[in-house]
Amino acid sequence: MRYLANVTTLEYDVEKCTGCGRCVEVCPHGVFVMEEKRARITDRDRCMECGACSLNCEYGAISVDSGVGCAAAIITGMLTGGEPVCGCDGGGSSSSCC
Amino acid sequence: MPLAPANDEAAPARILGTVTADISRAERWEHFRCRMGGFRNSYIVEPGLYALGEPDANADVLVSANYKLSFDSLRRELSGLDAWILVLDTKGINVWCAAGKGTFGTEELIKRIVSSRLDSVVNHRRLMLPQLGAVGVKAAEVRRRTGFKVSFGPVRASDIPAYMNAGYRKTPGMGTVDFTMRDRLVLTPMELNPAMKRYYPWFAAGVLLLFGLQRDGILFSSAWNGALPFLLLGLIAVAAGALITPALLPYIPFRSFALKGLVAGYAAVLLATLIPVVSNSQDEILLRAVTFLFFPAASSYIALQFTGSTTYTGMSGVKKELRIGMPLYIGAAAISLLLLLVYKFNEWGVI
Repeated sequence: MRYLANVTTLEYDVEKCTGCGRCVEVCPHGVFVMEEKRARITDRDRCMECGACSLNCEYGAISVDSGVGCAAAIITGMLTGGEPVCGCDGGGSSSSCC
Repeated sequence: MPLAPANDEAAPARILGTVTADISRAERWEHFRCRMGGFRNSYIVEPGLYALGEPDANADVLVSANYKLSFDSLRRELSGLDAWILVLDTKGINVWCAAGKGTFGTEELIKRIVSSRLDSVVNHRRLMLPQLGAVGVKAAEVRRRTGFKVSFGPVRASDIPAYMNAGYRKTPGMGTVDFTMRDRLVLTPMELNPAMKRYYPWFAAGVLLLFGLQRDGILFSSAWNGALPFLLLGLIAVAAGALITPALLPYIPFRSFALKGLVAGYAAVLLATLIPVVSNSQDEILLRAVTFLFFPAASSYIALQFTGSTTYTGMSGVKKELRIGMPLYIGAAAISLLLLLVYKFNEWGVI
């Protein structure tokens, strides 16, 4: 299954890559592969912007605007003018999304 | 009970208890109730260090969330192994969602390593985290501050024994998430419950009021008879958006969830017009217009909510869908209300 094309904010600077392989280890959609001791992006559109790669890249080679891809959270963010916040931890509420 | 190394006399390691891999019948029933939403937010384990089986100082340390469904699935899959399980305080949320919020995160992990005195329990410095925890845990910082080296294991707990046997290496399948029909179906109560509890009662009250309103007061028989087709269509729209769309996700055309929900909604409404109760209302052109405008839009909106449960939708995509979708949903609802008011005024002979 694939989501919308050309929307991800994933950016990768191959010049900063040291080939440690963390991004390959953490990406849940196999967006990165190791090739000639450097990471390479296979298919950007598979990125779900979870942010695991950029958080764990020690060399600042990866950036992504990560956040919850949850409509309810984004609507709440739009209404309150703040960041999208997932309502998962509202004690006892039935609105939790994960 | 496991034996801790001898160097902990001054400050004993904190081991909360020993657990087994066997899931009891009572726990299985709890898991089902938890899925159905009964006590989803209070199904927790006390955070801290647990011994699974009889681990020694060389045994692996696996890190988990304190959502009991997460903890139990880890226990179950480690049957026959002896290991330490370090449970983080994720406020009862599963690993992935907690990592997204940062509760399954670098600070909490470091705090638990220190408070459980893990360095005195094991004589190695390895931690195995679920891969999806990488969204919240910065491995390099954990190593810098505690000396423990984090490896992100498989996505699914069921792959852990194979991962260990392969020398702590992941095969490609172990590192990627999938989203099977079963995965999707266990999540549908999350969509059905709020739709039925939060939105449907208001919708039903509004429809009953509208059809019951007569020039000389509210008439209950006309409320019921007039509203019945719409009440049924409302249920069908909820089912199309919250159940059929998630279940048949890969088979419904388009990548956009709003469009998937719209397709499912139109199909469901078309089928519903074959039901006599509904088809009788379709002679009236205004009601027919509302049927095909409002209910597929409702299904689309509800389907869009499922993006919060999937394993592959991202924030930028959902924002794009909402930017285009929200004005259309609000428009569809407003036009539908207007058409119904015209229908009522016409019925009363006002226009």
